[in-house]
Amino acid sequence: MSQIADRLIDDPGLAAGVAQLTPERIEEVVNRVLKGETGAKLKAYQETCMRCGLCAQACHYYVSHDGDPSYSPVSKTTETIYELMNKKGRVEPSRIYEMAQIAYTECNLCKRCAHYCPIGIDTGYAMSMMRRICYLLDVVPQYIRDTSHSHAATMNQMWVKDDEWIDSLQWQEDEARDEFPDLRIPLDKEGAEIYYSVIGPEPKFRTQLIYQAAAIMHVAGVDFTMPSTPGWDNSDMSMFVGDFENMGRLKRAHFESAQKLRVKKIVMGECGHAFRSIYDMGNRWLGYADMPVPVVHAVEFFWELLTEGKIKIAKKLEGPVTIQDPCNIIRGRGLMDKLREVTSMLCEQTVEMIPNREHNYCCCAGGGVINCGPPFKNVRTKGNKAKADQLAKTGVHTIICPCHNCHGGLEDIIGYYELGMHPRFLGDIIYEIMEKPEGL
Amino acid sequence: MIEIYTFVSGPLAWVAWSIFVFGSIYRLVSMYNLAKAKDSSSLAYMSLPYSLRSIFHWLVPFGTLGWKSDPLMTVATFAFHIGFFLVAIFLGAHVVFWDTAFGISWWSLSDTTGDIISFVVIGACVVFAVRRLTLPHVRNVTRGKDWFALLLVALPFVTGVLAYHQIGPSLLMTTLHILAGELLIALIPFTRLSHALFAVFTRSYMGSEFGGVRRVRDW
Ligand code: SF4
Ligand code: SF4
Ligand code: SF4
Repeated sequence: MSQIADRLIDDPGLAAGVAQLTPERIEEVVNRVLKGETGAKLKAYQETCMRCGLCAQACHYYVSHDGDPSYSPVSKTTETIYELMNKKGRVEPSRIYEMAQIAYTECNLCKRCAHYCPIGIDTGYAMSMMRRICYLLDVVPQYIRDTSHSHAATMNQMWVKDDEWIDSLQWQEDEARDEFPDLRIPLDKEGAEIYYSVIGPEPKFRTQLIYQAAAIMHVAGVDFTMPSTPGWDNSDMSMFVGDFENMGRLKRAHFESAQKLRVKKIVMGECGHAFRSIYDMGNRWLGYADMPVPVVHAVEFFWELLTEGKIKIAKKLEGPVTIQDPCNIIRGRGLMDKLREVTSMLCEQTVEMIPNREHNYCCCAGGGVINCGPPFKNVRTKGNKAKADQLAKTGVHTIICPCHNCHGGLEDIIGYYELGMHPRFLGDIIYEIMEKPEGL
Repeated sequence: MIEIYTFVSGPLAWVAWSIFVFGSIYRLVSMYNLAKAKDSSSLAYMSLPYSLRSIFHWLVPFGTLGWKSDPLMTVATFAFHIGFFLVAIFLGAHVVFWDTAFGISWWSLSDTTGDIISFVVIGACVVFAVRRLTLPHVRNVTRGKDWFALLLVALPFVTGVLAYHQIGPSLLMTTLHILAGELLIALIPFTRLSHALFAVFTRSYMGSEFGGVRRVRDW
């Protein structure tokens, strides 16, 4: 068995944060959060947890480290937030370093452990509150902190300037018009059927995904628009940092930019965490029980287009594929059946990973762990040997993977364990195999 | 000795039950008020059908991933809880007690059955203890409070079995047994055993969120 103290990783954000802490400040912040922001839920979790250890098997970190108990969900809660509750915040600064590393990098907030706990304890929630305390103490891994700062300053994750955003869209429109002479990416079209939103990394690194989405919308004859103003980025690293104030700002901008355009619904690109932010965390922070504008994930949207026959498949993708179930849209939003239906409409054969659907293991990138950057890359690859084994067993080459985060996480695992596989987005595949009528 | 027995089985029993009843009400009410003040974004999602759906699935042995992951623990947990209630409510001696104290009477277990069930419950406690000592992922998180809770539930059964089999001075054993039972009852609201009060709500919330918000199973 190892201990968190044995595996501390150098991170400038954590180190600088801890250096300015005093025991008094820790005590003050911890109690402020415990009294002011948490309530019966956390208290009942701490008190009712029977330390039975049934949740251990649930967690890919525990499984991947050959049953090292310090990675079990109950150990993570006991060693972090529950300890702060017991000690009323009277801990040394060095302890906060350890707790921050556990909360930010050794838990993906994937909530798989919920399927194992008889009492119904939500470890993901407990870890989020631990992160909230770390954020208020200013002890946050540097990379994810930077990303959250980008959100705060520019309202998008990648420090994309307002004109660069418009530029990227027009550039993709221009490119696509070689293939589809009449294709448009309409900006700020009032009253459009659909408002299409993406995450910051799309215009920055994966611009072809915007091209492909526009091509699909065009071929399907969908009345859509994209906003030219902030709010276009649906991603949310502030949520994972614990900066809930900024999380609220981001979600408000997202919803309000859609409301201003009086669209019928928002379609979100293939990302999981952004979706979590609109149905689970950001919306609640803003006091919405339901979405003020209906929101669907790309999986649902593609499912509609395919079942309604708006998109026709010319030839199915050859060779077997497997399906990565992204926690935030599967365990988070029940899209496992639609994902499978879409996959079977696109691909010849599917080999399921075991376990799958809402019992699937997280990719280990989620919960902002991948956004904690290079210092923690090994945490993710070694921490998810379970996923590598799961993938290897399928023996396939292509992984259907409708989540940006999962892509990043899986690519790293595939590289580290030399699996020779390749994750693909649904949009990418649809674009490749759909019928593209002449002269559109 | 007999005075002590009379005191323990009379006034002290009323004290223990009062602490249990009022303590439980206090804890439930204050927890609910706290939830209303601080957890409205969770309370808003509470749903009776999804709560019941979740509770039902978790009441089925091996009906969930958690119960499947550790069969010995699952058997011990169900045996313990079912045995606990059977003996507490339907043991012959207890039925007589309910009758004299509250004037209510019902069907009772035969002495032999009660005895066997008591051994099963003690066996389950042994399983819990052995897990805490030997399984790394349980030992690692076990604290004094967890041992105390286990001791509290085991003691009435151990002393009860000793008294029934007349091991040791009978009156002393019976007195100790009643004392242990009273201690257990009085401390339920204030120890780890408070899961008896709260687990139904934490389970319900998890069921509501997984059913209503996340639209998936929570088992
Ligand atoms: S990573 Fe997932 S399974 Fe592991 S503790 Fe966190 S929420 Fe639970
Ligand atoms: S399964 Fe639940 S009650 Fe048991 S140790 Fe884990 S969190 Fe605690
Ligand atoms: S990145 Fe994908 S698998 Fe990982 S937590 Fe997010 S949705 Fe889950």
